[in-house]
Amino acid sequence: MTPDEARGVFFEELGNIAPEWDPAEIDPQEDIRDAMDIDSMDLLNLVIALHKRLGLDIPESDYGELVTIDGAIAYLAAKSSG
Amino acid sequence: MDTIHKQDPALLQRANLRDYDSVYGRFSWLEARAELDGLPGGGLNIAFEAVDRHLAHGRSEKVALRWLGKDGGQQDFTYGALAAQSNRFASVLKGFGLERGAVVFGLMGRRPELYLTALGAWKNGNVFSPLFSAFGPEPLKARMTIGRAQALVTTDRLYSRKVAAWRSELPDLRLVLLLRTTDKALPPDTVDLTAALAEASEVFEIAETEPEDRALLHFTSGTTGKPKGAIHVHEAVVAHHITGRYALDLHPGDVYWCTADPGWVTGTSYGIVAPLTNGVTMIVDEAEFDAERWYGIIQDRKVTVWYTAPTAIRMLMRAGRGVADRYDLSSLRFLASVGEPLNPEAVVWSQETFGKPFHDNWWQTETGGIMIANFAAEDVKPGSMGRPLPGITAGIVERRPDGGVEEIAKPMAMGELALRPGWPSMMRGYLDEEARYQKCFADGWYLSGDLAMRDSDGYFWFVGRADDVIKSAGHLIGPFEVESALMEHPAVAEVGVIGIPDETAGEVVKAYVGLKPQFEASDALRRELLGHARKRLGPAVAPRDIAFRANLPKTRSGKIMRRLLKARELGLPEGDLSTLESDER
Repeated sequence: MTPDEARGVFFEELGNIAPEWDPAEIDPQEDIRDAMDIDSMDLLNLVIALHKRLGLDIPESDYGELVTIDGAIAYLAAKSSG
Repeated sequence: MDTIHKQDPALLQRANLRDYDSVYGRFSWLEARAELDGLPGGGLNIAFEAVDRHLAHGRSEKVALRWLGKDGGQQDFTYGALAAQSNRFASVLKGFGLERGAVVFGLMGRRPELYLTALGAWKNGNVFSPLFSAFGPEPLKARMTIGRAQALVTTDRLYSRKVAAWRSELPDLRLVLLLRTTDKALPPDTVDLTAALAEASEVFEIAETEPEDRALLHFTSGTTGKPKGAIHVHEAVVAHHITGRYALDLHPGDVYWCTADPGWVTGTSYGIVAPLTNGVTMIVDEAEFDAERWYGIIQDRKVTVWYTAPTAIRMLMRAGRGVADRYDLSSLRFLASVGEPLNPEAVVWSQETFGKPFHDNWWQTETGGIMIANFAAEDVKPGSMGRPLPGITAGIVERRPDGGVEEIAKPMAMGELALRPGWPSMMRGYLDEEARYQKCFADGWYLSGDLAMRDSDGYFWFVGRADDVIKSAGHLIGPFEVESALMEHPAVAEVGVIGIPDETAGEVVKAYVGLKPQFEASDALRRELLGHARKRLGPAVAPRDIAFRANLPKTRSGKIMRRLLKARELGLPEGDLSTLESDER
């Protein structure tokens, strides 16, 4: 997956969890838990949705990579091509 | 599942409560009160018992609060420093003219300033009311309005995002203290907390509060109507202290970590008061749940007593034992859980993973402290909430048609869990809601609203809620509050909100929505409603799922039958349908 594709997927799934925000307007380096009021259950649901959509196994120890937009895009792009 | 017997003689010897039956038999609240000091000039004040009295006992250099910042920082507060810093907070509140009995709200993540706000408010004779920082503007406004907030201590970020827009609608709010976390200019009519503290005196004479003076206002949710503000008084500290000793087995040498947020009652009673009165070192972690971070904290900070919640435990189970095995968790001595019933599998998992079981316990916002618990030196029956604390009489009762209740003595008979009132941390009322308060009592029992059973050994077993209140991640959510927010959307004609089972959170909130005729159900509208609810309610209260219906099942009087929505969602028997007038489509 290219970074652009990863961004598209991540924005869509994030938008399903917290539709009240436009991810494009969030500082891509800020923790989405602060910026978008994402709580632990939201984060878990996001991981489950990404797993379903992309077939990626995202271990608990990697959740930390998904809490910023930039981090998530890099993680998903690397993970899906590796 | 098999009962877990405690056999380690060292552990049994060390436990504060060694012989349940004999301690229960001879316990008196008067003796429990004697474990505290009382104010030097008479009276009782939670902050004095939690902090200042330790200075007179030579503990001023001991670390009381070890704060771990999200970004890896650490800040230690000794009992001496907590005393001085909370004096500064009290001086600020007094300086701005807050009189005794005025309600001070705290809205902040787990930052040291929140703990100091609570202590400072008590010292100044104010009532502290915690708000959960993941609440949206509507739950915040409802609670601050009912509580007649006079002061709010929060961060600039939370204030501008969630409070500023409606702040002027609160007639009594005279002081907003902001901890600045951004570089934005200070909003109008607010005070910079850090600057105010810097100028405030470190010397403060604690208000001579009496045991029955109000100290805490904790909001909770019912099935209908607005949130209820449960009033607690300074005398509650007697129960906080002794239950900390008995149910959490706190010893002065402990490093104790309560993972609950002070926005909820657990995070106050057992995240501020009980650990401090017991003179332990408490860990406060600012960050959200993260399995590796948590195990790292236990290992590196040598946590001995850990009080957490089933949702977190189930998240740890998801992460797997392999993660736990990478850490040295041998410092742990006692593990406890609260918030919702802990499933037996989780108790057994912890026994296998940590070599010790989680000890489930039960209590409510209204009870102010732990009422029923599994104890350090007693058998644990996985899935049971344990036995009543010394000083607490619990029973299973049945409501009679005349409004009275009677106790059911037969083992494993299902009924409502009830308590004999009279312990110090029992609520003294719901603020301005006398009728709702009175409804909690019948024939000398406090009725909890929880259905339970008691076995022949006296252990209690949770069955379910007697009403429609939803319990998600350990937090009570009133369906009415969620329904009201959704009803504000122009497309919505009717809403029924229920809790549906979730393997991690226990229950999650699901809304069934009927649309007005000119609107069509679509995925885009579903997202719009979800966003609408989250913006107003915040993630902790908003539904995680929305389903559309052409019509919701209603009674003749037009009341939506949540019970029926739930039975159908779960494929359970539909029960008595005689009141059903208009069925679901």
